[in-house]
Amino acid sequence: MSVDTTAPAAAPSTVETGSDDQLPPGRGMRLTNWAANYIDERTSISGLVKEVGRKIFPDHWSYMLGEVALYSFVVILLSGTFLTFFFQASMAETVYHGSYVPLEGIKMSAAMSSTLHISFDVRGGLLLRQIHHWAALLFVASVTLHMLRIFFTGAFRKPREINWVVGFTLFVLALAEGFTGYSLPDDLLSGNGLRIIAGIVEGIPVVGTWITFLLFGGEFPGTAIVGRLYTLHILLLPAAVVAAIGIHLLLLIINKHTQFAGPGRTEKNVVGVPIMPVFAAKAGGFFFIVFGIIAVIASTVTINPIWNYGPYDPSPISAGTQPDWYIGFADGALRLVPPGWEFLIGPYTVSLNILIPVIVLVLFLVAVALYPFFEAWVTGDRREHHMSDRPRNAPTRTAIGAAGIVFYCALFGAASSDLIATHFGMSIEAVIHICQAVLILGPFVAFFITKRVCIGLQKKDREIALHGFESGRIVRLPGGEYIEVHRQLSDYDRWRLVSYDDYQPLMLRPNARGKITNRARLRANLSRWFFEDRIAPVTRGELEASQHHGGH
Amino acid sequence: MADHGTPGTAVERHEEPSASAGTAVVLPESEQIENPGFSPYRPRVSDLDPVKAKANERRVAWLFVLSMIGSVGAIAAYVVFPITPGDPNSVRLNTLFLGLGIALALLGIGVGAVHWSKALMEGHDLSEERHTTRGSETTRARAVEVFHLGNKESGFTRRKLIRNTLIGALALWPLPGIIVFRDLGPANQDANDVLRHTMWRKGTRLTKDPNGVPIKASDVTLGSVFHVIPEGLEDREDALEQKAKAAVLLMRLKPEDLHVSPGREDWNYHGIVAYSKICTHVGCPVALYEQQTHHLLCPCHQSQFDITHEAEVIFGPAKRPLPQLPITVDSEGYLVAQSDFHEPVGPSFWEREHV
Repeated sequence: MSVDTTAPAAAPSTVETGSDDQLPPGRGMRLTNWAANYIDERTSISGLVKEVGRKIFPDHWSYMLGEVALYSFVVILLSGTFLTFFFQASMAETVYHGSYVPLEGIKMSAAMSSTLHISFDVRGGLLLRQIHHWAALLFVASVTLHMLRIFFTGAFRKPREINWVVGFTLFVLALAEGFTGYSLPDDLLSGNGLRIIAGIVEGIPVVGTWITFLLFGGEFPGTAIVGRLYTLHILLLPAAVVAAIGIHLLLLIINKHTQFAGPGRTEKNVVGVPIMPVFAAKAGGFFFIVFGIIAVIASTVTINPIWNYGPYDPSPISAGTQPDWYIGFADGALRLVPPGWEFLIGPYTVSLNILIPVIVLVLFLVAVALYPFFEAWVTGDRREHHMSDRPRNAPTRTAIGAAGIVFYCALFGAASSDLIATHFGMSIEAVIHICQAVLILGPFVAFFITKRVCIGLQKKDREIALHGFESGRIVRLPGGEYIEVHRQLSDYDRWRLVSYDDYQPLMLRPNARGKITNRARLRANLSRWFFEDRIAPVTRGELEASQHHGGH
Repeated sequence: MADHGTPGTAVERHEEPSASAGTAVVLPESEQIENPGFSPYRPRVSDLDPVKAKANERRVAWLFVLSMIGSVGAIAAYVVFPITPGDPNSVRLNTLFLGLGIALALLGIGVGAVHWSKALMEGHDLSEERHTTRGSETTRARAVEVFHLGNKESGFTRRKLIRNTLIGALALWPLPGIIVFRDLGPANQDANDVLRHTMWRKGTRLTKDPNGVPIKASDVTLGSVFHVIPEGLEDREDALEQKAKAAVLLMRLKPEDLHVSPGREDWNYHGIVAYSKICTHVGCPVALYEQQTHHLLCPCHQSQFDITHEAEVIFGPAKRPLPQLPITVDSEGYLVAQSDFHEPVGPSFWEREHV
């Protein structure tokens, strides 16, 4: 040690070049060192690098869904910024004179006209528009799939409940971003979308009419809505999304990522690759891959060809048009209302045909947001959970999720009821009635089937863990008997099958005052519903017993 | 592997008040199957064979070169495939080749980096300890102390008058910020009144949408359907707002097919009827007319209206029939309105029946 510190002093001639004799730094290295030092002396950033530079990220394909969401959002920001330089968020009436001949001389808003300008006069404009739109579709899709992954692996459990709510907020913001953006070009399709929104808002009791006039600056369509949505779309909502993503990622770092059960993995460690360099290379590369795939799609597949729809006009409409996919479930909810759901209270109109679907959708979303707290209450489990559940190992949760998916899909399918009807040669009434039936009954069926499938898979896992798997090798015993040899799993493979959390139903007991409260009764009932049918993980005793008997 | 620790031994036992496991089944240690520890590392070809490693290195470099080619290609495409005004195909080529160039540039970097990380970078899994999320007891105690000091030194809970007036002030200050949004909506407009009236007046001619040509009753043959706007619509400043209320569908049925209710006997003209085109559900144009059944279908949410029964709802979420526009002909034989609609058109709203 003393040698190290005194070496430069003993050889003054080499002081300036420092440790030249070990690793001669090149020009580039010297610059990097200087810059790193410069920045650290002004920001103490070395602490941050020390803290997070070698943080570990576990690897699993499903963990990429959130990354896809993040990266597609970056693509949206980049492409959207380009579009703002050309787009005019104005409903001022103009007459189109541009490169797209079929619309020459047609009256339209400046918003529509500038969108056509971007599409047909700006080189790369259509490409960027399509990148923006495809990335937006991918953003909402990946957010949704990411949420499903979190749900089905139980990654919303303590300590990640708050981050679930933040993520849920991002999902809602993504929908809002999507819809406000979709409405900006002021084409026929988006105008009809706004017409529907206006109609829905008008259906709100007491204040609906007033709010519609507030939103649109008067009567629909007015001349204000595009400008207002634009402010929301490029300022307010993106700021909220960026802030929420910041919190989301900060909590991700604080909580560390969950991991699937595997050899060596416990609740007390996180096993995977470090940020520097492997994860950085993988995730950074993955950003370019996501962007690249969006670019391939955007350059080869048309999206939202507003020039075919024409400018907004309240009178024409084309049959079989579809909203962007993420709005589908809301549109479908409106379609599934049976006739006649509207009544009068005195002179006032109550539009249940609008209120009920809106309320159902809100309740559905609220249920999604609150699920972690519900499950925590039922299990009473206050421990931290860092292992991703395999969906089969939480049969009731997985079944609830499946029921929710079927519910959503019934609404989503209903949004295409006209296309389904024409495509399959059915009557529109039949399609609607089928969707209504699926909406009400489907979740129950899905719940039952999913739960049974999960329990079946658990049984299979248990069987394999205890007795191994069929090797396909048939052996004839000396006595003439044929048997198929079962091969035991390795300890590593078995560990994946046997390490999971198991719960038993809550025993209903009187409290300290000797009473059974309704709350306790409800919780016990829910707990029974959750955990009555359960397959316990293999214990050591069972494993040893089966191995002593020799796997047969 | 010693530095990564075997699970169970490397764990620092944070002895905090242990969290309840609820209804979870926690087996005694003796009944738990033992975690086998990390599985042995499976070396990759690059780990074993320097030649393969070198090949992978070249592959990654080639992918990065490909990316450069893509970037340059995209710039070239920008120049080589300009947009010719009036030629949609030039837009297509511009989009396609610029886009593919950019895609190649991106995918080259992306695939190259991922391949580098998977094939060449250190492949061992590392293990990092987790700590419980809550702060340590000393940290938490200090945090509590900070709040206590803050309270003590400011007198926040002791000086109740200050505290309560502060809460009051903080509750009120955002209100002006909300109030200023009032003028998003029009200042002196009775929404109910605006929604109630359309452009139609006694004697307003029915004209074709969109060219504004008046329609003679004799032009409306049996089974035909016209999309109609009121005469003079295009000259209005608020043409779109007016059209959104005044759009009408006109069709001719056999008079004996119409089931006319009392009071509406003279609203049609020899079987020519006019109905609002704005759906009573959420306001889409009800534009699809089935000639054979005389049903109108709204393409948005599939409400269906039966024209033979004064546009009553026969299916779908709408509740009310489409309002009928009373029509007749003027002295020159052109179809005209007898009056405005007798009820508000379009979606329901709260004050709709409140006159």
